[in-house]
Amino acid sequence: MPDSSLLLSPVPARSERLLQALIRYGLLWVLGLILVFFSVAEPAFLRVGNLFSVLQSVSIVALLALGVTLTMAVGGLDLSIGAVAAMSVMIASYVMVVLGWGAVPAVLISLAGGALVGLLNGWLIVKMRVPDILATLGSMFLVIGVQLIPTGGRSIAVGMTLPGGDEAEGSFSAAFLAIGRARLWDTVPVPVLITSVVALLVWLFLERTRIGRLFYAIGGNEHAARLAGAPVQRFKLLAYVLSALLASLGGLLLAARLGRGDVSSGNGLVLDALGAALIGFAVLGARKPNAFGTLVGALLVATLLNGLTMLNAPYYAQDFVKGLVLVLALMFTFGLAHRAR
Amino acid sequence: MSAPVAVAPEPLIRVRDVSQTFGASRALHQVSLDIYPAEVVALLGANGAGKSTLVKILAGSQIPDAGELWVDGQRRHFASPLSARRVGIIAVHQQVNDGIAPGLSVAENLLLDELCQPEADFWLNRKRLLQRAASIAAGLGLELPLEQPIERLGQAERQLVVLARAFALQPRLLILDEPTAALSDAEAQRLFGLIDNLRSRGVAILYISHRLSDLQRVADRAIVLRDGRLAGEFTARQLPEAVEAMLGQALESHVYEPRAAGREVLTLRAAKIAARTQAFDLTLHEGEVVVLTGLLGAGKTEIAEVLFGLREAAVGTLQLDGVDWQPHSPRAAIRDGVFFAAEDRASQSLIGDFSLRRTLTLPFLERFTRGGFIRNRAEANAVQAQVAALGIKTSGIDVPMSALSGGNQQKVVLGRWLLGQGRVLMLDEPFQGVDVRARREIGQLLRSSAGGRATLVICADVDETLEIADRILLVRDHAVVAEFPRAGLSRATLVSALAGTDAQAPATVVSLQATPRSRASA
Repeated sequence: MPDSSLLLSPVPARSERLLQALIRYGLLWVLGLILVFFSVAEPAFLRVGNLFSVLQSVSIVALLALGVTLTMAVGGLDLSIGAVAAMSVMIASYVMVVLGWGAVPAVLISLAGGALVGLLNGWLIVKMRVPDILATLGSMFLVIGVQLIPTGGRSIAVGMTLPGGDEAEGSFSAAFLAIGRARLWDTVPVPVLITSVVALLVWLFLERTRIGRLFYAIGGNEHAARLAGAPVQRFKLLAYVLSALLASLGGLLLAARLGRGDVSSGNGLVLDALGAALIGFAVLGARKPNAFGTLVGALLVATLLNGLTMLNAPYYAQDFVKGLVLVLALMFTFGLAHRAR
Repeated sequence: MSAPVAVAPEPLIRVRDVSQTFGASRALHQVSLDIYPAEVVALLGANGAGKSTLVKILAGSQIPDAGELWVDGQRRHFASPLSARRVGIIAVHQQVNDGIAPGLSVAENLLLDELCQPEADFWLNRKRLLQRAASIAAGLGLELPLEQPIERLGQAERQLVVLARAFALQPRLLILDEPTAALSDAEAQRLFGLIDNLRSRGVAILYISHRLSDLQRVADRAIVLRDGRLAGEFTARQLPEAVEAMLGQALESHVYEPRAAGREVLTLRAAKIAARTQAFDLTLHEGEVVVLTGLLGAGKTEIAEVLFGLREAAVGTLQLDGVDWQPHSPRAAIRDGVFFAAEDRASQSLIGDFSLRRTLTLPFLERFTRGGFIRNRAEANAVQAQVAALGIKTSGIDVPMSALSGGNQQKVVLGRWLLGQGRVLMLDEPFQGVDVRARREIGQLLRSSAGGRATLVICADVDETLEIADRILLVRDHAVVAEFPRAGLSRATLVSALAGTDAQAPATVVSLQATPRSRASA
């Protein structure tokens, strides 16, 4: 009827442009405002040391989030990343503490274990046609269970008693611990460096390479991508393997920081990583998984938590704050963008 | 059948000047029609003629831009299918599986509408449910395994369940969209019996089908839509004329410039799409534009899918440039230079948020890649060149595809495959959702670029077919049954071949086949 023709008026109203700007830059403004607010409220916030500790706290979650961004790009989702990171912690600890091997085999075996889980996920999804969420939920439980078996469910620490009664003779090598604890030029923590490099690589991959473009094509319309000749199955498999590899790397950083194989260490990572990647949808109005947005999402949450901690906000408010940011970001992404059309 | 128009003075449904536009394309333009109680009205129209839009408006799932809808002499505004259902308008859609709820039993599916009523009982009474379902099934003379999960039923039985559901709602206007598509002949006959029964009880039925034999059996009159406009109303005896109206009047005459056919590029020999279908041959020559035509559901797309590695033929051999060839995936076909632009642009060619540039270069991204990285400049240059060559109207190459009109979108899809310079280019209904001007331009582009490759276009429209074809293949029941060279072919010949009912078909086909065979051997 006549009122519907009014909606078609092509003149962009001022309020509409404001809405567009809000959708595009909303989350970056929020990040900026948070930074300004905390530096005014607590001058210690802006100290280099504190800023790097924010970055360090975010580096592991960001790695996992970058991995899940890759699977989201092909239209999937990887829920097993937290379990894979935890498994990686256990494998590295087991190899060094129980078997007494060095840092290099520990890293390589952990990454290989991660890649194996990625292959399993990809195989379940691509060949067995299990829906992505169910497949990775299943492998999540599987991995959480498997990692408990070698140690009988106990955490791995230097000098621990093995199920056979002997004492573990190996220890974490200094080189390995340095991955999680060392600082470059006494300022930049190595995990921050690693995550920055990985973020740059993932960004380049998704935005600038042919395979990255095809990842998005598959995620946008799998059928159309297939008809255009994209090797859909191979690339979906690749996305899950890359995701699991990044999760393993995150686990290695965690093991190096903790200096022990803590069985419960990876549990909280999945939801934080997923949250960061989803918040990333809203950054610059991308409305799709993207590396830059994921990084901003992870930073936003970490900054908020760090600032609140400095202001003595209770720890139990953390999840509430994360949830709030996520819901706001999803509103930016989907609700407002829909209305703006 | 007596003339129902004279019997019932007051129409049940009165549609007045209904129009509907979607973006740049006009789906319906000032359509007016009446439907009376106790009559079966056939609704005819080619793809994109506006049938489904009209049905959606009647059934309340689409609110028209303009126009009026009267039921029983009262003006109505349907906000939802529920409000249409309240006045007794029930639509059964073509997609059978849209009408069933997997996971529920046959009985629960039959009673789905009752279960959805807010005043229905909170507790499910299994016994009562079965009784109700049994009485519905018995009333229609159906024998269904009521307690089995609906998934156990085949397509035909599911279709019967969906129809029984609609009948049980006691409609006053029942809209049936290709109801016999999944049914065997015996089941279709039973359906016609049910329709007769409903009609005798005063129910109006709007019947959409491309099967002439169905329409001749059940329809009292026919309404024809073409390009969103009413193209005429016909009595049951004038059905052939109705089909011709559906296919349209000849547009302005178009000068046909023949292209010389070169050597054979792709040949399909003794092929059967499915085990039960007829065997046929198909040869595509370099430089020649071949059109596969036939009514909806004839199996044109399936033939192209075999050539593109999307479907395996039951029997048959395939040769590309004289070498035995068997694509196992679209990827393999594209690698060997056989391209296919699928029918539904939105779901099969376009990627949600991809820009013009990304859509255009998707299949041949390797060309603009060095060391795995996309060379932005080279990509942009190629896209710009293609935009200019095809006359794509756009404000830039990085605009989203949704900002382009249907015609320009189709040009992008065409340009994508022209970029590949392959051996065979197949396009499935490239003129769908494309306005007349762009249609002509795309047709010209297809013909002017046809040198050096074989071109196969799937097209159900007579005028479009005549405009672009060098050779026309008629498809019926998943097989090529006749072949016409464009030169010397009259529109009337093609229309009568297309509209040929099954009874007269064999005779026509034999006489038509004589021509192409002699030509092919020449």
